[in-house]
Amino acid sequence: MGTSLLEFEKPIAELERQIQELREKAEAQKLDLSAEIAPLQERLAELRRDTYKNLTPLQRVQVARSSRRPFTLDYIRLAFSDFIELHGDRAFRDDPSIVGGWARLDGDTVMIIGQQRGRDTKENIHRNFGMPHPEGYRKALRLLKLAEKFQVPVLTFIDTPGAWAGLGAEERGQSEAIARNLLEMSQLTVPIIATVIGEGGSGGALALGVADRVLMLEHSVYSVITVEGCAAILWKDGKSPEMREKAASSLRITSPELLALKVIDEVIPEPSGAAHADHEATAKAVHDVILRHLDELKRLKPDKLVRKRREKYLRMGSFTT
Amino acid sequence: MAWFRKEKSPRRPRAERLEIPKDAWEKCEACDHTDIREKFERNANVCPTCDHHRRFRAHEYLSLLLDAGTIAEKDEELVSVDPLQFPDYPARLKKALANAGDHDAILTASGKMDGMPVNLGVMDFAFMGGSMGSVVGEKIARLGQRSLEKKWPLIIISASGGARMQEGVLSLMQMAKTSAVLSQLAERRIPYVSLLTNPTTGGVSASYAMLGDAILAEPGAVIGFAGPRVIKQTLGQDLPEGFQTAEFLLTHGMVDQVVHRHHLKRTLGQLLRHMSGKPAATGWTAP
Ligand SMILES: [Zn+2]
Repeated sequence: MGTSLLEFEKPIAELERQIQELREKAEAQKLDLSAEIAPLQERLAELRRDTYKNLTPLQRVQVARSSRRPFTLDYIRLAFSDFIELHGDRAFRDDPSIVGGWARLDGDTVMIIGQQRGRDTKENIHRNFGMPHPEGYRKALRLLKLAEKFQVPVLTFIDTPGAWAGLGAEERGQSEAIARNLLEMSQLTVPIIATVIGEGGSGGALALGVADRVLMLEHSVYSVITVEGCAAILWKDGKSPEMREKAASSLRITSPELLALKVIDEVIPEPSGAAHADHEATAKAVHDVILRHLDELKRLKPDKLVRKRREKYLRMGSFTT
Repeated sequence: MAWFRKEKSPRRPRAERLEIPKDAWEKCEACDHTDIREKFERNANVCPTCDHHRRFRAHEYLSLLLDAGTIAEKDEELVSVDPLQFPDYPARLKKALANAGDHDAILTASGKMDGMPVNLGVMDFAFMGGSMGSVVGEKIARLGQRSLEKKWPLIIISASGGARMQEGVLSLMQMAKTSAVLSQLAERRIPYVSLLTNPTTGGVSASYAMLGDAILAEPGAVIGFAGPRVIKQTLGQDLPEGFQTAEFLLTHGMVDQVVHRHHLKRTLGQLLRHMSGKPAATGWTAP
């Protein structure tokens, strides 16, 4: 897809290239090279498995940010049907950093809201790298209320480095927009399932993340601050790999760590070679897990749903007396 | 009632106990006006010359706003732990406890404001930059719970650089936790007033600070989602004059009033009485 490879992915890419070359040769010269190709493919599978099993926290951040991973619109295309996008906050403008609309999950209507990044520079500028302005969060709020009005469950997809920090965002109340969503999501009377699909960056992620179930893709990350920001503030060095690695491991931002901290409810395993190696299989896994949780949540009466959601958040934190 | 008998005067943070003499000289950060410490103190730490609102500690707000003899500090026993084994966090906590006092970054209390019972939480910037970790979230949740039980109005005075990094995502989740409490208060029509003081940014501004039924701000306070330094960095240019000040937020429709510290108690009381259907305070006269 023409985007740069991560350092630890290069051996995988090299092996993929060799296999591809042999295939092309076999095709062109009408040869049977399957005996040569088979062991290489075995090695590729093994390499993919080992590489992604042993990622450091900082490498996970890099995977989570990769522009080759499936984005919100990819999941909408691959795991849902009958999607119709809804635009605008009815007050200022449409923010392309957040997409949303009606869709069907196996025939049933759901409301989908998610941050959307871009695959190339042009699209990233249009999407502001998935960093929403207040109007993006207010569009999300409009869609949350719309879903509640028609008693339809909400599925959010989290994929942002954070909420945008700029003049316009401040003037139009970035803080208020995020805070309002936190409050409204803790009293919405329909099921909410949030899935972190890439980078879950701070308050800008949480503004779509107050939910009955919070799921995380295996290699996604969720953090109170970027690893660069943390390293810059605490150790006056946001650039060196050592300090970024220290921040990434200290902050406990990986999916197994957050599951252990009970901040999330389930980790969705990614296919061999991570989500970007197989968009279809990843979307299928996300679809299946969401469906299972939704079946459970649909059985709860609205007041019990809200009470349990609040109780979950009221329990969060660690302190002593 | 039991809580009432528990009442005692708020403990002084250790730095205060160092007995800085009342006649020591202090200088206003804004206009360089120099005066004896006592002059500033008697003026609620507002500069007598330029009205600059200097830093006011949590216990000072309690004395300013609550009627003498009614203050009962709450949940003082809650202490931060190091859930992530974050580098240097225990040492930083120890230092904050020694320098800023043992109430973590928020002091919560019940008391009466001109005779009206209220629950009041005051953040303390001196404790790790007023950063919000699990203890801040829990203290606010418990204070909110008390407001739900007694139907007493809630007031939170914010001063914070945001979430406490050293508690990672657990800090982030305090934004959701406090908002969940406030949604319960809203449901039961219990008034909540938020006061923003210098500075209120990050995760605190993006949660309970911006969710008041009325939002007040102190003059000159810096308030925003991202700190001015971060925005300057993204922008690559200087910020407009007065950007992200309380006055800027007022003109942009983000706060209800910018209130001088001298009028704070009266304004809070007036708002809360309106919102809880109580008659005007005795001694209230039309301006
Ligand atoms: Zn002055």
